[in-house]
Amino acid sequence: MAKDIVVRVAGEGGEGVISTGELLTKALARSSLRIFAFQTYPAEIKGGPAMFQVRAAPHELFSHGEQADVLVAFNAEAWELHHTILKPDGVVLYDPAEMPSIDGRVASYAVPLSEISAKQIGVKLTKNVVALGAIGKLVGLPLEPLVSVIQDKWGRKGEGVVAKNLEALRAGYNYIAEHVPAPIYSIPESKEGRWLVLKGNQAIAIGATAAGCRYYAGYPITPASDILEWMAANLPRFDGIVLQTEDEIAALASCIGASFAGKKAMTATSGPGISLMVELIGLASMAEIPVVIVDAQRGGPSTGMPTKTEQGDLGLAVFGSHGDAPRIVLAPANVEDCLFTTIQAFNLAEKYQLPVIILTDQYLAQRTESIPYPDLDSVEIVNRKTPTPEDILDGYKRYKITEDGVSPMALPGMPDALYVADGLEHDEWGHPNLTPANHRRMSQKRFRKLEFASRESGFVRIYGSPEASIGVVGWGSTFGPIREAVEEANKRGVRVAALHTNMVYPLPEKELSEFLAPLKSVIVPELNYTGQFAVLLKSRFCKDFHQLNKVEGLPFSSVEILEKILEVANA
Amino acid sequence: MPKTAAEYRGEVKPIWCPGCGDFAVLAALQRSLAAQELDPSKLVICSGIGCSGRTPAFVKCYGFHGVHGRVLPTAMGVKLANPELTVIAVGGDGDGLAIGGGHFPHACRRNVDITYLMLDNNIYGLTKGQFSPTSLLSETTSSTPYGNIEAELDPILLAITYNATFVARAFSGVPAQMTSLITQAMQHKGFSFIQVISPCLTFAYPYDYYSPKTKMIPEDHDPTDRMKALQLAMDREALYIGLFYHNPDAPDFSAKLDALKEKASQRGKGDIQSILARFE
Repeated sequence: MAKDIVVRVAGEGGEGVISTGELLTKALARSSLRIFAFQTYPAEIKGGPAMFQVRAAPHELFSHGEQADVLVAFNAEAWELHHTILKPDGVVLYDPAEMPSIDGRVASYAVPLSEISAKQIGVKLTKNVVALGAIGKLVGLPLEPLVSVIQDKWGRKGEGVVAKNLEALRAGYNYIAEHVPAPIYSIPESKEGRWLVLKGNQAIAIGATAAGCRYYAGYPITPASDILEWMAANLPRFDGIVLQTEDEIAALASCIGASFAGKKAMTATSGPGISLMVELIGLASMAEIPVVIVDAQRGGPSTGMPTKTEQGDLGLAVFGSHGDAPRIVLAPANVEDCLFTTIQAFNLAEKYQLPVIILTDQYLAQRTESIPYPDLDSVEIVNRKTPTPEDILDGYKRYKITEDGVSPMALPGMPDALYVADGLEHDEWGHPNLTPANHRRMSQKRFRKLEFASRESGFVRIYGSPEASIGVVGWGSTFGPIREAVEEANKRGVRVAALHTNMVYPLPEKELSEFLAPLKSVIVPELNYTGQFAVLLKSRFCKDFHQLNKVEGLPFSSVEILEKILEVANA
Repeated sequence: MPKTAAEYRGEVKPIWCPGCGDFAVLAALQRSLAAQELDPSKLVICSGIGCSGRTPAFVKCYGFHGVHGRVLPTAMGVKLANPELTVIAVGGDGDGLAIGGGHFPHACRRNVDITYLMLDNNIYGLTKGQFSPTSLLSETTSSTPYGNIEAELDPILLAITYNATFVARAFSGVPAQMTSLITQAMQHKGFSFIQVISPCLTFAYPYDYYSPKTKMIPEDHDPTDRMKALQLAMDREALYIGLFYHNPDAPDFSAKLDALKEKASQRGKGDIQSILARFE
């Protein structure tokens, strides 16, 4: 496998760390490399340490990398915080205006970022573009992709701004050309593949738009706000409606109202917001109204760790409601999934007329990946079943008992199909009915939808060794590190199989039972304390489950998962 | 198309206590619908939880009986999703001022074209007689055995200060005026609010408790004068009924959304392929 390269840029929040990283990422992708990037923001509004790490290779990537080939330290604190990430043969770029020298045994280059931007370019703010040029040259990028990302970024602001930034870019680029004997990486010549560079949140917003979402309501919350902002900028151009509501309750209530009236609707939030939405999730389930809810999970409970990642909302997503309220819970594994899983979420919501929750997390919502250019034209879009003339001939039953639990849903405006959508228990006509037999029958009707949903295909990845006696079952954003660990274990002769599911509720029982059957031990890695997914698995399957739980606000590294595999193998 | 109030009856019979003020509201609503000859399939009545929350099932219409306190955002979603629908929100004083109090200011200031009927009986009736945000100070209720120590809210004052564009008070004891106010409210393009004094004979006050206090808003009151409307509402000598405030000129939310869509489309009509290209 061809070599990868990992670059970490670190400094004070607000001094261009993130934008340097983003521009570099795009330039690498335009050179036909696959990329995987992750950033951490400080919790502070301005200032505090920020970090952007991008990994690039001529093949698919599953994590942002454990160690860096290049560390760009914008200040002394960045060096202090991040120097341990450097590979032994790694290189550090630093600004001599911020620290006189690097104390260590690593190769280092002092690049006078501040001096070049202030004196040569005359605009202090171009420091990060000088850095971009320097990094670009150091990793062997040609000038062309770097120039094109600058033109795209500042083109709207006019030629003058573009020219200043290009000057800064070349200054950084040339400085390295003059002071560093040779680039430390060589970009492969391949021109194959068209990639999009997207964050998880952007992919979700695009997926929703492609699925036909035309009503979006939300309340700002980290790490989901990008979706609200993207929708606010773009959905009105599709004749869609975007509202920033007074709270998350109003957001979901209005989405449910909009969907009742016929629009595909979505809201996105994080843990504290979905906690507030729980009563309305039950309403959508009871009144059988399609709606999509995104939960970009963060460290919890309570305010928890807003800028850190965790998979702690699974229990709430699956069971959050009083009473028994069927819903579907999906969890994309990577950025490409974010796009397609969101389309699937709308399709399932429409098909089964219930709430569908998409669980991402800060590590997935805010990370950047290159994904294959999506072929959206060949994606099926499902719309809810509406009543036929026969359905309303002898009186329309909105909640008609059917084999799969799905009843034709009339939309206001349709003549002769009037009904009341009700959160009260109701009969087939929608009339309140609290009798024992009716509640049993209607509960069965609503839950039959999940029996059918659990047999939906296209949500499970199975890989690894077919002769394995050890398995790993994962969900959501942990896919990358699990996959790397499983590959490494098999390489080392430890036979391991893995199943990764994007549908966490209902469980894809057929695939799971077939996968689990030959296995002796099953490892369930999760970024939560109690093993919420393991609990779900244990409730349906009898196996020797080994939980691997991490609650540090950080993603797994593949090494952590590999160690667990080896531990179980050697037990 | 239904022509009489009776033809606007829903399939479910009202379950309210005998003498409940809500019967008068239901009748006034049905009379108003008949007067407007409104197509029932284009009418959506949303409701919260409480005695008044059962209203949608009693009217020939599409209905949405949602969760407690959330009738305004739900009704807003319905209206914005399909502006051709006529949307009415119905809820009680507890639903709209206590649990759902956070939505009231925002519904008013957005000016979504819906009509909100707050059926105010000064009590929690469905849960059997606890005090509500409009219960009087010192009143003894099942949850204030030593007297209510919380000052009451006045929804008319709130609506006017929250920038609602149509604010009226009706009384179940004066049904003809109520019918007329409901029709005016529904004809108003924007958010219209009617506080309906709807007596709860079982747990709160009978009709004749309110009757002597109510007083018609003087005919010379100019409803476009917001300051005068506030003064009338603050007058503690009488419980004024009628139209307090009306601003017919404020653009409703759908009009503002249309303008926003127009502005957004200057950056090009929405097209997924060109959006994808931006991320290459």
